[in-house]
Amino acid sequence: MPRAHQILCVALAACFGVWWFSDRIDPYLLDVITSIGINIILAVSLNLVNGYTGQFSLGHAGFMAIGAYLSGACTIFLGPQWLGPDGGNPWSQGMLFLGALLVGGLSASVAGLLIGIPSLRLKGDYLALVTLGFGEIIRVIFQNTEALGGALGLSPIPAYTNILWTYGFVTLTVFVVVTLTRSTYGRGFLATRDDEIAAEAVGLDTTRYKIVAFVVGAFFAGIAGGLYGHYKQSIYPTGFDFTKSIEIVVMVILGGMGNTLGVILAAILLTALPEVLRPVAEYRMVLYSFLLIVLMLARPQGLFNFRRPGAKPAS
Amino acid sequence: MIEFLQQLLNGLSLGAIYALIALGYTMVYGVLRFINFAHSDVFMVGAFVGYYLGRLVPEGTVWGALVVLAGSMAACAVLGMTIERLAYRPLRGSPTLNVLITAIGVSLLLEYSGQVFFGAAPRNFPPVIPSARISLGGLVLSSNQLIVIFGTCGLMWALRLVVLRTRIGMAMRAVSLNPQAARLVGVNNDVIISFTFGLGSALAGAGGVLYAINYPSIDPLMGVMPGLKAFVCAVLGGIGNIPGAALGGLILGTTETFVGGSSWSTYKDAIAFAVLIVILLVRPGGLLGRPSIEKV
Repeated sequence: MPRAHQILCVALAACFGVWWFSDRIDPYLLDVITSIGINIILAVSLNLVNGYTGQFSLGHAGFMAIGAYLSGACTIFLGPQWLGPDGGNPWSQGMLFLGALLVGGLSASVAGLLIGIPSLRLKGDYLALVTLGFGEIIRVIFQNTEALGGALGLSPIPAYTNILWTYGFVTLTVFVVVTLTRSTYGRGFLATRDDEIAAEAVGLDTTRYKIVAFVVGAFFAGIAGGLYGHYKQSIYPTGFDFTKSIEIVVMVILGGMGNTLGVILAAILLTALPEVLRPVAEYRMVLYSFLLIVLMLARPQGLFNFRRPGAKPAS
Repeated sequence: MIEFLQQLLNGLSLGAIYALIALGYTMVYGVLRFINFAHSDVFMVGAFVGYYLGRLVPEGTVWGALVVLAGSMAACAVLGMTIERLAYRPLRGSPTLNVLITAIGVSLLLEYSGQVFFGAAPRNFPPVIPSARISLGGLVLSSNQLIVIFGTCGLMWALRLVVLRTRIGMAMRAVSLNPQAARLVGVNNDVIISFTFGLGSALAGAGGVLYAINYPSIDPLMGVMPGLKAFVCAVLGGIGNIPGAALGGLILGTTETFVGGSSWSTYKDAIAFAVLIVILLVRPGGLLGRPSIEKV
C-alpha cells in the first residue's frame, strides 16, 4: 500500500477514535473543532483552484451554498420518506446523510463546470469578477426560491454533522488534493499555473485542467456546505455572500498559495482567532483586516510558506 | 409611456452615480492594472464626510451644498492618495493577486473601522439641498435627481478636460499606455499614479454625496453593492476607458431600474452580474474597449 494510503487509513481511524470519545470533550470546544474542520475542507478545496491551478476564484461561497441548500433539502424533504415514521436507526440516517452530502457535492460540481467554462477565456481580475458574479447570482436565486425558505432561510435541518463526518471528509479532501497534485496527471495543474503558454506548448490541455480544478474544488465546497447546514441546522442566503468567499480566499493566501499544510494551519488559525479575540469583539474585524494588509506587505508568499525566498510566487 | 419615461429618468440618475464611481475604478485600472476594491469604501467615506459637513452648513443653501460636495471630494482625494502611498506603493511590481488581496484588506479595514467610528446603524443624511418636485405632464421630476444627473455630467466634463487638455492628463494617458516608456520620456510615475488615485477618489466622494442626497440613509456597508455594480459598469464599457465607464453606468442603471419595476424585481441585484458575465463572454474587452493581444 502506498504511503499516502497508509496515512489516509490512519487518519480515518484517528477520526473514528476521537468521535468515539467525543462525549467527553467540552461541547464548546467540539463546536469550534467542527467549524475548523468545515473551514479546512473549504480552504483546501479552494487551494486546488486558486493555489495549484492559479485560477483566481472568488465564488467559493456560492458552491458552498449549493451544497448546503440541496443536501439540506434532501434530508428535510426526502428524509421522512426514507427513514419511515419512527425516525430510522443510526445506519439509515447515516446513509441518508451520505446521500444528501453527495447530492450537494455533485450539484456544486455541476455549477463548477458551468463556471469553469468562462475561465477558458478569462484570467486574473476578470475571472475573479466573473466567479464573484456567479456566487452572487447563486445567492440571489436561493433568496428567491420560496420552496427553500427564500430570504427567511432553510430550517430545521436535522443535526447529522458530527466530528466523524467532518473529519472523515477533511481527511478525504486533503488526501484527494494532495495525491492529485502530486500525481503525474496533477503536475499539469502546476504547469497551468506557472506558465500557461509553455504548458500548452508541451501538449498539456490547460483548458481541461482548469475545468477539472473547478469541478473538484466545487465538489468539496458542496460537501462542506452540506456539513455546515447539518451542523448549524438553519441556513440563510446572506451567510453565503461575497464576504464568506473572501474569508476562504484569505485562508488560502495566508497559508501560502499551493501549500496544503500551510492552508490547513491558516484555516485553523483564522477560525480559532475570532474565538480568542472575543473579549475585544468590537475591534476584532478591524484588527483582522489590518493584519491582512500588513501580512500582504510583509510576507506576500503567505504566513506558513517556507519555500526558499527565490521561488516564484503563485500569481 | 409616462411610466417608461419616469423609469428611464430614475435609471439615468442611478446610472449617473454608478458612472461616477466607475470612473475611479477605470482610471486606477488604466494606470496600475488592478481592481481597487477599496474604492467602494472611499465612496462610503465620502457620504459620511458629507453627513458631518452637512450638519455644519446651513440647510438648503447653494453654497452650503457646494461646500459639502467640495469638502467630501477633498477628503476622499486625500484618503485615496494615502491608501495608495501606504498600501499599494510598497507592492508595485509584485503579482496582481497580492495587490488585489491588499485592496480587499483595505476595503475591509475601512468598512469595519467605519462600523467602529460611525456605528453600524444607518443614519439619515441631512437635506443639504432643498428638495422640490416638478410635475411635467404626469412625469414627476425630483430636483435631487436632476442635480445628480447634471452634477455628474459637469464632473465628467471637467474630468475630460483634465485628461485630454492638461499636461498631467497627458502624462496619465502615457502611464496607462506604457509605464516604462512614460518614465523614459520623463514622466514621474509615482506622482501620476498618486494623482490618479486622488482624482478617482474625489469622484467617488462626489458620488457618495450625490447618492446620499438621493437615497438618504447611509451606513458603513453602503458602498459594497454600488461599488461592485460600478465596477461591473467599468468592465461593461471596457475597463481603462473613460467614456466606456459612463456608457456602462447608464446601461446598468437603466436596466436595473426597469428590472426593479417589473415582476422580476427581487432579482435586481443578480442582473448586474448576469450582464457582466454575458459581456465578458461575448466581448471580453467591453463595449468600447479594444481586445488585447497576448504576446509571448
